Parts: sequence; structure tokens; C-alpha cells
Amino acid sequence: MNVSGLNFILVGVLGLLGVGLYGLMVTRNLIKVVVALQILVKAALLGLILAGNLSGAVNLSQSLAITVIVADTIVAVIGLSLAVQIRRHLGTLDVKALSHLRG
Amino acid sequence: MLHMLLLALVAVVFALQAIKTERLITSAMWLAGASALLATLFYLMGAPQVAVIELSVGAGLVTVLFAFAISIAGEELLDLRPTLPQALSISLTLLALALMGAFSLPLQAGPAAATEPALTQVIWEQRGLDVLVQVVLIFAGVLGLLGLLAEAKAPLAYPVAEEVAARRERELEELQPASELVEEAV
Repeated sequence: MNVSGLNFILVGVLGLLGVGLYGLMVTRNLIKVVVALQILVKAALLGLILAGNLSGAVNLSQSLAITVIVADTIVAVIGLSLAVQIRRHLGTLDVKALSHLRG
Repeated sequence: MLHMLLLALVAVVFALQAIKTERLITSAMWLAGASALLATLFYLMGAPQVAVIELSVGAGLVTVLFAFAISIAGEELLDLRPTLPQALSISLTLLALALMGAFSLPLQAGPAAATEPALTQVIWEQRGLDVLVQVVLIFAGVLGLLGLLAEAKAPLAYPVAEEVAARRERELEELQPASELVEEAV
């Protein structure tokens, strides 16, 4: 069995994924939610490059990673503008303040 | 190999700090640091183009966006208790990580591709549709940036509930004479 020496990079991917998931669960600040999403996408990027490196198709993985970076940036832009507008209209960045539809 | 392990670990620590820290702008700075470390890691793993883009977009543009948004929205130091209990979120995260680790570790190197086309060829010929999608996404991003910049031209000066209540009151006032007429008739 040819175990790759790059296993610890996968541990890094898992670590970043864990931090992102944990951040999404604990944070209630809308801008922090975008930060947690960014961390998750960075983990995915590292995983893509790692997969390309292992399978020998580095350029394919680079091309996909560029697409992911573009999509991730747009997600950040739209998420942040939503957060800013919510702050303007509701006066807070708290996620819980969004749940108006109650009883 | 050791320096790559170190880079990955420090990037994870930076990401954790970005989540843990209280102030938003500090959080954005930690995120930029993690992004720069990951860009170095990408370079060491043989993906220099992605490293450059990650460094300029991930550590540069996104950080500027965060700083801009925080300066508009204002720093808000709230002591927000998480909705989930801390122990539950930690155990859920660990469970997810254990599952992912069990499925993916240990890695096995596949057979190396004999001849891989150049990056430009891959992007423009094999993944041409992706480029189109990226263009559409960038247009969407420009629209989103307009949303970030948009001043509140016609804001909800008062909440919707008050508006509805006021309208109902007007309608009741209009109904009032009619009901009085009915009472007189009776």
C-alpha cells in the first residue's frame, strides 16, 4: 500500500474544516459567519490542490481552484453586503435578530 | 516535509484565532494571515498560479472587503451567547471530523498522469464553461458590491408592524360611521 507522505496536509484540511464548522455553529455575528465560510472554502481549496498533487493532475486542480476562489470571493461580497444592509435596517448584526416571524 | 506540516498547523491555529477573537477587524486580520500561509503551502505543493491568486484575492481583496464592511457596519462588541451549547457544537464538529478522517485517511498516491496539458490549455479548452461561469459570477459580485455601497435611499423608517397597525386603524375609522348607521337602524 503506497501511503503518501502528504497525509499531514489532509490533517490540515480536516483541521480547517473543523474550525470552520465550529465557527459556523458558535458564532452569532453575521460578519463572523462570513469569516467561518471563508475558512471552510480555504479547506476545500487546500483539499483540491492536495488531490491534484497526488493524482498528478496539478493543472486541472489549479483550474478548478481558481473557479472556487472566484466563487468564494463573490460569496464574501454578497454575504458582507447582506450583513451591512441588515445592520442598517435592524440595527444589529445578531443572527437571532433576524427571526421576526414568531407567534 | 516538516515545514509544510508546520505551515498547515499554523494556518489552522490562525483560523481558530479568527473564530475565537472578539473584535471583527482582528478576526479579518487573522483570516488574512491564514490565507497567506495557505498561499505559501500551495506554492510548495506545486501550484504557483493558485498561490498568487490566493495571495492577491484571498489575503488582499477579501481582507479589504472585510475592513470596508466592518467600517460601514461598525464594530459591534456584543457578548453573544451561542445558540447551541458549547459541548454540543464541539462534539458535533469532532464527530464530523472523525467521519471525514475515517473515510479519507490514509491517502494513497494515485498513478501520476503521464502528460498533463499546460494550465492555459486546461483553463481555456477543457474547462471553458468554468470561465463563462466565472464571468457571470463576477457580474453578480459587482451587483453585490453595489448593495454594499448602496446608501439607504428608501429605508424602512419605521418597522413593518407599525405600518400595518396604522393602516388597520385607518380602516377601522372608516368603518366606524357605517356601524353607527347600523346601530341607529336597529
